[in-house]
Amino acid sequence: MILSSYFSRFLIVGAALSAGVCYSQQLLTVPEQQKLTVKRGETAVYHLKAQLKEGYHANSNTPNEAYLIPLKLTWEPGLLEVIEIKYPPGKAEKYEFSEKPLSVVSGDIDIATKFKPAANANLGPGYLTGKLRYQACNDKMCFPPKSVEVKLPVLLQ
Amino acid sequence: MKKLMLVLSLCAFGTGCNSELERVKAASVKAPEKRNPAPDFTLKDANGKSLKLSDYKGKVVLLNFWATWCGPCRLEIPWFMDFEQQFKDRGFAVIGVAMDDEGWEVVKPYIEKMKVNYRVVVGDEMTAARYGGIDAMPSTFIIDRDGKIASVHVGLVSKSSYQHDIEQLLQ
Repeated sequence: MILSSYFSRFLIVGAALSAGVCYSQQLLTVPEQQKLTVKRGETAVYHLKAQLKEGYHANSNTPNEAYLIPLKLTWEPGLLEVIEIKYPPGKAEKYEFSEKPLSVVSGDIDIATKFKPAANANLGPGYLTGKLRYQACNDKMCFPPKSVEVKLPVLLQ
Repeated sequence: MKKLMLVLSLCAFGTGCNSELERVKAASVKAPEKRNPAPDFTLKDANGKSLKLSDYKGKVVLLNFWATWCGPCRLEIPWFMDFEQQFKDRGFAVIGVAMDDEGWEVVKPYIEKMKVNYRVVVGDEMTAARYGGIDAMPSTFIIDRDGKIASVHVGLVSKSSYQHDIEQLLQ
């Protein structure tokens, strides 16, 4: 009886999958990060380079529709303090589903973060953790917002 | 055990995830003997009333998974409102399953603004998993009067594609 119940669930899940509804590929990839060296009393700019799969776009940091979820990089407090984050400018692209062009990014994405050492940070190596949140679509469908964790090796001198 | 069943399902029916990412599925209505039962669920609508899918047996149902942040989904909603209006007297109903993480906080204002004329529920992971883990939206299942999935549309398709399926199933 238990096996029969599991078997029927197996058939149901399998049937739904066979209908082609599962799209779990990672659309945005962030390569391993190079170490960032920052000297006390100075600032440093770190470029986070990400790549969006061909044929897909993500909303820029300043989407032109209120309902769209922006590209957003956040850093957890740690060795460094964020001074400013500069996002790539959005490209105006028109899609079948939108009445007017949307502000999007695609392909290679470069986000620059300007850091300064945190006030009480100890000198030496460490890591800074960030999250890059994006919401991707192609011209026919959209995918739920996702966050990619970024682990940045830091050397504070 | 649940994970094992999911893995087995993926292996046995492995046509879903990887190689089909670029594909927009615009299936036509399947032959009755090839249709699978639509997984049942019970979720609350905007008025807090329970909606049980199996209560719709005897009707043709357009089951649409959508989200407020999904542009193609927003384009389709007025079409579904037209279908609800046009076909409801012939035993047809639209059910919207909103997959926004923020739930009613964002869904309710939107459906009120749009004056959506069909029932909308807020979905959860379990419901999505029963339908294969709904990741791409819109994902729309057209269910026949026997509660079986007759066609699946993933991604934006034309209004006439939906209409064709609905009319075929209402005959």
